[in-house]
Amino acid sequence: MEIPYTVSPRPDTGLTNGKIAIWLFLASEVMLFGALFATYVMLRVGATEWPAGATYLNIPLAALNTVVLISSSVTMVLAWASLAKNDFGRFRLFMGITILCGFGFLFIKYLEYSEKFHHGYLPSTNTFLAIYFTLTGIHGLHVIGGMVVNGWFWGPGSGLWKRDPTHFTNRVENAGLFWHLVDLVWIFLFPILYLL
Amino acid sequence: MDAHDHAEIDRHVKAALFVFGALLVLTGFTVGAYYLKLPTHLAIALALLIASVKGSLVAAWFMHLLSERKLIYWALILTAVLFVPLLLIPTLGALDAVRLN
Repeated sequence: MEIPYTVSPRPDTGLTNGKIAIWLFLASEVMLFGALFATYVMLRVGATEWPAGATYLNIPLAALNTVVLISSSVTMVLAWASLAKNDFGRFRLFMGITILCGFGFLFIKYLEYSEKFHHGYLPSTNTFLAIYFTLTGIHGLHVIGGMVVNGWFWGPGSGLWKRDPTHFTNRVENAGLFWHLVDLVWIFLFPILYLL
Repeated sequence: MDAHDHAEIDRHVKAALFVFGALLVLTGFTVGAYYLKLPTHLAIALALLIASVKGSLVAAWFMHLLSERKLIYWALILTAVLFVPLLLIPTLGALDAVRLN
């Protein structure tokens, strides 16, 4: 059975069903990260001592990761815009760069994690590191999830472009909305964990 | 797709590149503010203010919220209404425990 209103908007909502679905999913993601942020605030407010992020964390690497993720958001917009202008070649280029940025982000995160493990800083070391690994770990899983979806549209899933270009463009737009949320969450994680 | 749509997409791309530049500058401000070693309360307020501006730019332009349909706005308003207590109630509870001690 085919899902209705994936190409043209529903007359009553003015939106495709996919667009509504992804926004409802993003709303649930806001609540997930909201609960984690609330946990962070509660732990910090209730702690007798709280280390400065720089005690354990590498600020220049995290700042670099912020730039990488922001750049990937722009290339995601450019990938969608390329499809909207019927230029599949440029879509592949920009989507490819977005995925590479995702790998770049994870590699930098790997360097950060390795440095901490090398020094014996584990989630069990203290409350700060426990919430740091929880927040960045769950965010990292979201980056991986976004890369899997983007990778699908870059490679095997791109066949839809030939059969139904508008449907494919709508799907890429929805994947982009998720990717931007991942960027948005990092924009808050960076100062909260590393700088305050 | 007609020329009008192409022009619209070009405007969108131009705005996205402008927002990209603004996000990079604001990231520089965030890191720069850290090295100023401001008092904790001021540092928290400033960092959250800059993060909020950056987040708003991403939501408004990259996620197209500037020109979205009403239904999406209503879903997000409901999310915000639920998000605020989610953030505040545990914190207020923790503050209460601090006062009791």
